Amino acid sequence: MTTEIARHWRLNSQRYQLVGEVCPKCGVKMFPPRDVCLECADDTRQPDYQFSGRGEVYSFTTVHNAPEGYQESTPYTVALVKLEEGPLITAQLTDVANSEVEIGMPVEMVTRKLRTQGEEGVIIYGYKFRPRLSVAG
Amino acid sequence: MPLMKPNIDVGIVGYGCYIPMYRLPAKEVNRIWNDGQGGVPIKEKAVGGPDEDTMTIGLEAARNALARAQIDPRQIGAVWVGSESHPYAVKPTSTIIAEAIGATPATQGADWQFACKAGTETIQAGIGFVAGGMARYVLGIGADTAQGRPGDALEFTAASGGAAFVIGAAEESLAVFEATYSHVTDTPDFWRRPTTHYPSHGQRFTGEPAYFHHVLSAAQTIMAELGYTAQDFAYVILHQPNRKFPERAAAELGFEKEQWVTGLLSPVVGNTYAGASVLGLTAVLDIAQPGDKILCVSFGSGAGSDAFVINTTDRLPDKQKSAPTTQDYINRRVEIDYATYVRYRSKLKMH
Ligand SMILES: [Zn+2]
Repeated sequence: MTTEIARHWRLNSQRYQLVGEVCPKCGVKMFPPRDVCLECADDTRQPDYQFSGRGEVYSFTTVHNAPEGYQESTPYTVALVKLEEGPLITAQLTDVANSEVEIGMPVEMVTRKLRTQGEEGVIIYGYKFRPRLSVAG
Repeated sequence: MPLMKPNIDVGIVGYGCYIPMYRLPAKEVNRIWNDGQGGVPIKEKAVGGPDEDTMTIGLEAARNALARAQIDPRQIGAVWVGSESHPYAVKPTSTIIAEAIGATPATQGADWQFACKAGTETIQAGIGFVAGGMARYVLGIGADTAQGRPGDALEFTAASGGAAFVIGAAEESLAVFEATYSHVTDTPDFWRRPTTHYPSHGQRFTGEPAYFHHVLSAAQTIMAELGYTAQDFAYVILHQPNRKFPERAAAELGFEKEQWVTGLLSPVVGNTYAGASVLGLTAVLDIAQPGDKILCVSFGSGAGSDAFVINTTDRLPDKQKSAPTTQDYINRRVEIDYATYVRYRSKLKMH
């Protein structure tokens, strides 16, 4: 397998499945994956770790002037989400009115369209977070 | 015997659904196009947000099906998605979903289309694939973001939603397929050519020769061949383009309201096309009890119906609450007006 395809695969599992890493030495969980542990600086190959996708809003801001490719969804809210397992992750919120977003709001990961490269380009899918669905029972 | 029945029993190991949260009331469509006058075929329909499409809908349904199945996704030998609104004309939806759930690369991916019965086809084929030993599990999905031309009668009902099923061995299943039957003819009731955005329909063709002929023939054949009458079933689910058609067809088959009401979601979610009959099935599986017999019949324009007789097992109750239920998604509801609908469904040309 070429390194380019491998990199693409690795990016897909980050974008679609929230796969990060866990440090074999100190146990800290990291997203996105990195070469060196953020806590203990261990640089041995870290095993993959699949995050639950659950977390809460740590801070947020509403975007009115979006970069190229994102204009169709303005205004939208971007949040720093604190995952249950520890790491902070930046992501767009979805299925919520901008005025209803609050710090501490429980959220969960969903896969949505992030942007499209024009009418003829590819559709980029990836993670966003939405208010956690209340499950009956 | 016209029925399709595998040599080895196969069933549903996990199921899941997804319905977007936005609702467009039918009276709002009437306000825009009919001066608020005239009757409406349903109360409201589910509309996907601007970041949702058939892939995202099918994927969330698939994740819910896997939450109930509790299997290793690498054992899914085929990921099949039936839809008439695949996000790409060329490039499969199935590979994206397969990758996102962790089934790639050793899996068979394919997109299916047959109007509103594309979803049930993946289940029928999945039964054969599993029974034939070609795969341990098959993931069959029906999902759509159906669109009607602005002002067309279809705009009241064309909705978004979907359901997914992990097909596997009967011993692992929460419901087992007793038999299935497919009834198709060349009927030009509804179509869309490759370069057009909205479908066309032959007004006179949509009722009697299309929907009623195929749904009733498929249901009557499978019931007669298995020696059942309506009284043998706890639940019936028929394809639901509106409220009236499935109610009339179910009554004609001898069913009572309490047998069809659980699986009749079109009044509150609209016609989710390839998702429609299978969403009705997930709503029934959410509340069915072990030993219940279910009749499910899809309909796709063009035209044909797939009928299934399904028996629930004692594995079902433990699985029902392992993922959000169909009702959980129906209850998650935000009403939108026509202008918001136009923006969300990209009916505005920006360039
Ligand atoms: Zn460490």
